[in-house]
Amino acid sequence: MKEVLKVVGHDAVRLDILEKVTGAAEYTDDIAFGPNLLHMAILGSPYAHAEIISIDTSEAKKLPGVRAVITGEDYPEKFGLYLKDKSIFPVDRVRQVGEQVAGVVATSYEIARNAIKLIKVEYKELPVILDPYDSVAEGAVLIHPELGNYVIEPWLEAQPGTNIGHLRRIRKGDIDKGFAEADEIVEGEYHIPHVAHTCIETHISVSKFSLDGRLTMWNSTQSPHTQRNIMATALGMAHKDVRVVAPPIGGGFGGKAGISMEVMAAAGAKSCPGHPVKLRWTREEEFYNSSQRTGLRNKVKIGFKKNGKIIAFKHEMFWDVGASAEYGSNVVNATGFSATGPYYIPNVYIDSKACYTNNPTCSAYRGFGYSEFSFGIESTMDKAAKIMGFDSVELRRINAIKEGEGVAYDVPMNPNGMIECIDKVAKEIGWGIEEKSDDPNKIIAKGFASVWKAPAMPANESSSAFIKFSEDGSINVMVSGMELGQGLLTVMGKIAAEVLGLTLDKVRVELPDTDRNPYEWQTVASHVTWSCGNAVKRAAIDAKNKILDTVQRAHYIDKSQLYLEDNGVKCTTQDSFYIPFSDFVITGIQTEHNNWVGGPILGSGMFMPEYTNAMVNPETGLGGHPMVHYTVGAGAVTVEIDKETGRMKVLKMAEAFDLGKAINPDLSKDQINGGFVQGLGTALWEECIFDEKGKMLNDGFTDYKIPTIVDVPRDMKPILVEVPQPDGPYGARGHSEHTMIPVMPAIANAVANGLGVRITDVPVTSEKVAMRMNDPKYKEDKKQL
Amino acid sequence: MNHILKFNLNGEAVEVAVKSNEKLLDVLRDKLGAVSAKFGCGVAECGACTVLIDGLSVRSCITFAVEVEGKSIVTLEGLQADGPTKIQKAFIKHNAFQCGFCAPGFIMSATELIEKNPSPDEEEMRHALSGNLCRCTGYQNIVNAMNEVAEDNRKEAGK
Repeated sequence: MKEVLKVVGHDAVRLDILEKVTGAAEYTDDIAFGPNLLHMAILGSPYAHAEIISIDTSEAKKLPGVRAVITGEDYPEKFGLYLKDKSIFPVDRVRQVGEQVAGVVATSYEIARNAIKLIKVEYKELPVILDPYDSVAEGAVLIHPELGNYVIEPWLEAQPGTNIGHLRRIRKGDIDKGFAEADEIVEGEYHIPHVAHTCIETHISVSKFSLDGRLTMWNSTQSPHTQRNIMATALGMAHKDVRVVAPPIGGGFGGKAGISMEVMAAAGAKSCPGHPVKLRWTREEEFYNSSQRTGLRNKVKIGFKKNGKIIAFKHEMFWDVGASAEYGSNVVNATGFSATGPYYIPNVYIDSKACYTNNPTCSAYRGFGYSEFSFGIESTMDKAAKIMGFDSVELRRINAIKEGEGVAYDVPMNPNGMIECIDKVAKEIGWGIEEKSDDPNKIIAKGFASVWKAPAMPANESSSAFIKFSEDGSINVMVSGMELGQGLLTVMGKIAAEVLGLTLDKVRVELPDTDRNPYEWQTVASHVTWSCGNAVKRAAIDAKNKILDTVQRAHYIDKSQLYLEDNGVKCTTQDSFYIPFSDFVITGIQTEHNNWVGGPILGSGMFMPEYTNAMVNPETGLGGHPMVHYTVGAGAVTVEIDKETGRMKVLKMAEAFDLGKAINPDLSKDQINGGFVQGLGTALWEECIFDEKGKMLNDGFTDYKIPTIVDVPRDMKPILVEVPQPDGPYGARGHSEHTMIPVMPAIANAVANGLGVRITDVPVTSEKVAMRMNDPKYKEDKKQL
Repeated sequence: MNHILKFNLNGEAVEVAVKSNEKLLDVLRDKLGAVSAKFGCGVAECGACTVLIDGLSVRSCITFAVEVEGKSIVTLEGLQADGPTKIQKAFIKHNAFQCGFCAPGFIMSATELIEKNPSPDEEEMRHALSGNLCRCTGYQNIVNAMNEVAEDNRKEAGK
């Protein structure tokens, strides 16, 4: 019998909407820390690459109100998530403009800023590398000469003596034979610049060492337990004595994953025991000193048979990870395993290289590298369709990977609705139906892209959850998955409510606090609906079993006849039997002997995928099971383009994703709309622009334009496809990051379809379109651009 | 030099010592506990700090505190003396926000708009809210909520 779901799969008002709309939500900067609060400011390097000769802090220390000045001398150790190549404050050299050279703690932010200006640093400039091709060129200056000495995860392959922080190879099948057998070979070379997350809330940490030696941190973070682990390990403290509290967060998008500036706040607090120390990035610092999205130069070469089937695929990716690869190395790793796109291909050659540059450090950014590499693949697919005479949607259907077919690392693909996504998007956008603008100077064109993405995680990532009942039968669900805005609280609450027969108004889900809530690896990789959701489901089942045991013991009814519904317990054999949870979940049930059975109901649950294995053969990328599953999808746009100015207006978008099961359909559609618009910014405008010395020229919202409410399409059509994930809660898998991925190639493909000009470097600005539309160099019919 | 600043905040007379270079946003947040207005950029580019001064929406991050002497300031805290407003209710119903950090600024800008023009058409409404940045939502649910408010006001006016 099919399970009838009462909460899961139905729309609901978000559990956190009231606190956000009333202003009740207390973000980190909103918490009152009292008059003891100190403020921290940071001195950033003016140079992208330079040796530090000396740092003189004596004048800064003399300024009244200054409590501490901290430099690399105090903290010589390196830190990082996967590759410990990052300094809290560097001792020997700076590797990007803005890199933190010293910090000042003072009684006011103004004093701290004034003290910063009194610190004298002598530098010796070094050659600057800003392009990944220059990074891997022979004779390039080494940005991390000591790379071979860094502590590194065993599944990363650093290349000491070069600027390559990690190299992931895939060698599946026989690439030479594959290309030899191809009837058509199509190539392309592409460039993706750095972009920035631009969370509206900048990074912030308030850290405090109590006088008893405990460290408490209130951080705007996606990764409270990971931060606790890094801090406890680095400081040699017991984990129980480090507490990370995660108040509501004003946007994450990967930028607040792992750990970055929080270590500096902790360093400041260490010097001032008993005082909370606040470090909050300015908008400029947010651009430089948090992280950016990886840049990419890539070369795509695809061999096709006459019937349109891909037989060989070569992809060389040179990732610009910036000054540190501590987190970016995992972007490089994940994309190395997956940079075929959602296609079945028998012969695959991938090189994915983490190239150090003197640009700002890159780490996780919504899409985790898939947006960047998918631009090249999906652009090449469209070009190939034209060359071979296929409809570009049909070419994607022909090659769409099916359940059981081997992915790039030759593990069978999970169940998926790739074809359904393609067909639904094509239908919604009116693929093949020509549209004309009322304005003779404008044309209307459509573009399409298919995408996939897997969560990128260590093989033993895990989630856990506690559920506790209160007297009135309501519950608090404790997880350390973070509500980033994606709807985690609502999704977790609904899963618990479904299992426990609760209405959603009886459920509260708590934000992470490592003293109280159980372990979660991080809220990244679009994996918490699946992973944390499984943990919550198991915790709810645990609580349910305790409830049933209690009722069975008190009423002598076999628990197989009991079920939970309408905030209480019912019985399949006695219609009138109903005990509300409020009668017994704390007090227990009084028997005819006047004793009580039961007691407070608690549930706990955990989840870890036990089939994953990151230890592949480094030469081939094969032999492991590095990814848990892929979520597939497709997107398309209708764009109006001015033939004189190149100005583009996206009239309509349609995107479909196979999320297995929509726990809350409305919120899933919101993820598609939001991700599309974030992708739209990166497709049309967004780019971190650097001068030849590595200084960013557009570190504010005036010059770094993100989409406003007037810039978005008036017609947005999010579509949900549900082919269940076998090990997902109610069949769910994640899809929030994925929604950005189709946008850049869909826009470029629309421009190519409309004007015959192929833009290979994003953003696809109006200026580029106008300058190139009549330039034969960019004509679409060329096989290689 | 400290200046004793007097103004009305959310219906109450307040008196607070400020320096001549202090910004209204910092005074509201750090000295008066009105933390709904947020710091997002400090240079009036993102709209997260929007408050109403004598009914007009203003970026409090670039407003010197001393400029509001004798004026009447409303922050999100002060809008809802009688519970959530019609705009807030619509935002709740439509799940208009995700991370929610931009929400107070949006609500203040929307409040000013609806005061001036109770039933704006969609393009007027988008124009009025274009100074408030949101990175999460793609704005669709904000638009849906505001369209509902405008439609409702249109109906009420027609009665």
